[in-house]
Amino acid sequence: MTTLAKNARSAPPQTGAPKPRGGYRRLGDLKIALFFIAPAMIGFIFFYVVPTIRGVYLSFTEYNILGDPTWVGMDNYTAIAKDPLFWNSLAVTGQYVFLNIVLQTALALGLALLMNKVAKSTLIRGALLLPWMMSNIIAALLWFWMLDYQIGVVNQFIEWAGLPRVAFFGSEEWAIPTQAVINTWRHMGYTALLIFAGMQAIPGHVYEVAKLDGASPFQTFRKITLPLLRPVLVMVLVVTVIGSFQVFDTVSVTTGGGPVNATRVIQYYIYQRAFTESDFGYGSAIAVILFLILALVAFIQMKFLKGNESDLD
Amino acid sequence: MTTTTSRAPQQAPARRRRPFNPRTAGAWTLLVLAIAVSVVPFLWVLRTALSTNSALASNSASLLPAEFTFGAFMRVFGLQSPADAVAEGGSGAAIDFWLYLRNSVIFSSITTAGAVFFSAMAAYAFARLRWKGRNLVFSLFLGTMLVPPIFTALPNFLLIKNLDLLNTMLGMVLPYLFMTPFAIFFLRQFFLNMSREVEEAAMLDGAKHLRIFFQIVLPNAAAPLATLALLTFIGQWNEYFWPLLVGSQDDVRVLQVGLGVFKSQSPQGAPDWSGLMAAVLVSALPVLVLFAAFGKKIVNSIGFSGIK
Repeated sequence: MTTLAKNARSAPPQTGAPKPRGGYRRLGDLKIALFFIAPAMIGFIFFYVVPTIRGVYLSFTEYNILGDPTWVGMDNYTAIAKDPLFWNSLAVTGQYVFLNIVLQTALALGLALLMNKVAKSTLIRGALLLPWMMSNIIAALLWFWMLDYQIGVVNQFIEWAGLPRVAFFGSEEWAIPTQAVINTWRHMGYTALLIFAGMQAIPGHVYEVAKLDGASPFQTFRKITLPLLRPVLVMVLVVTVIGSFQVFDTVSVTTGGGPVNATRVIQYYIYQRAFTESDFGYGSAIAVILFLILALVAFIQMKFLKGNESDLD
Repeated sequence: MTTTTSRAPQQAPARRRRPFNPRTAGAWTLLVLAIAVSVVPFLWVLRTALSTNSALASNSASLLPAEFTFGAFMRVFGLQSPADAVAEGGSGAAIDFWLYLRNSVIFSSITTAGAVFFSAMAAYAFARLRWKGRNLVFSLFLGTMLVPPIFTALPNFLLIKNLDLLNTMLGMVLPYLFMTPFAIFFLRQFFLNMSREVEEAAMLDGAKHLRIFFQIVLPNAAAPLATLALLTFIGQWNEYFWPLLVGSQDDVRVLQVGLGVFKSQSPQGAPDWSGLMAAVLVSALPVLVLFAAFGKKIVNSIGFSGIK
């Protein structure tokens, strides 16, 4: 009984259409609805729909902001296919996403388990959420200082440990892992809270049965927690992977794409082409490609990890 | 421990003090470590901001400030003479974080107020009114969540430029002002779960939708509206890319962009670390205050509510 009550409380609110009201009117509330929706509609059309169409159009043009865009067909795309800097940015972003997501998801899952096991206090969750409340710029600058080659505290400790100092931002091999760790630090607690919320929704009686059957904690985790958590984990992965592909702020404020091309991630490359080189057509074309990659990645994740099906039913 | 779980009566017996358990002890150790990793860097920032640059170089790992001073904070607010600033390792360039602070407050407040209010109106239309195409329009709105911001940022920049609004506050707030898909989704969800009885009674009394919205729905939704406003405000406060594109001039520059400029202003060789960390603290402070005041609300709002 009590377990059921608990589940009811933590169950997510139901989606679905509201119950139809008493009297049926042919026109419905269209007029008043138009009034209520008008401001949001303005934002939707002028800042989402039109720019999306315009972005696709610009990708087929050459446009340096002065004058008018000239139609060049597929020229931008064929140029991108042969652009080593584009392929580099793709590779660098891929590396970054991989490191960031693996680290972040593993740590967040571990943290969520810990919270679920020993501490559900809001204070602890709040402390873990602190980095996420800060902007990317603050996270980047804070670590830029702590990881400084000369007088950063982390390198001080590394030296005390008898190891050579590390140029976290200045060396080509460390630059991307460093960016990945900074963003992992910022998002770890938040991701853990999302997973934790998912764990809270797993009914307690499932665990009780496992306990009666003599399952070990590891078995319980592998056979019960993980499968039942799958929809939440997939949502977390889709959201974090999409966000991770769009890394920009931390790179922009610390390495600026360098050293050499080591941190020129896709969004930074788009920014450079469009805004520092005034090549809006080319920049838009890369943005279209990024958009397609994100759509594909989300689709694959949803499809193969079956994020929209729950094992709980 | 005062969260949801403690209200569940069946859990009370399980809360009995147990003998020392190495597994629990290990779990706590890891958790404390994670908390330290999340929190200690901020103490380090504070310690750095209260030090002088020359002392930082020679004393890079002591926990206390090296040569305690408020100089860095004065520098950030432009209260230090250029000569003093250079002497303490600053760039001597004029920086005025008061101005950036003001701009950040204006930018975040206007966008939050607009987005939350207009999204609430739209959410009401999606949750309570019956009209043809409602579900289609709603899914289209939701679909915009999938469009990466960089993709719309380029055309939006051109639009703002064509409207001659570059480097104006209006140009900076416009794309955020009317709605965010998340806000509409979040509020619609809440409205759907709200009891309709009062509204229906008011309707029988001849009240119009406008009055119901303002006098019944909005007051009843005060709690989720506040949560949404908090989350939106913090998000806007931390926004960087769009303000970087549109607001590069001093009179509209927000804190996040100002931080980047401050960092790139470092004189050759040694950056002004204490000044930079003081600036970081100033930029973080409003969010820290909000978090201290409404932390519980924020923490409890994190979760995939409504997404199965």
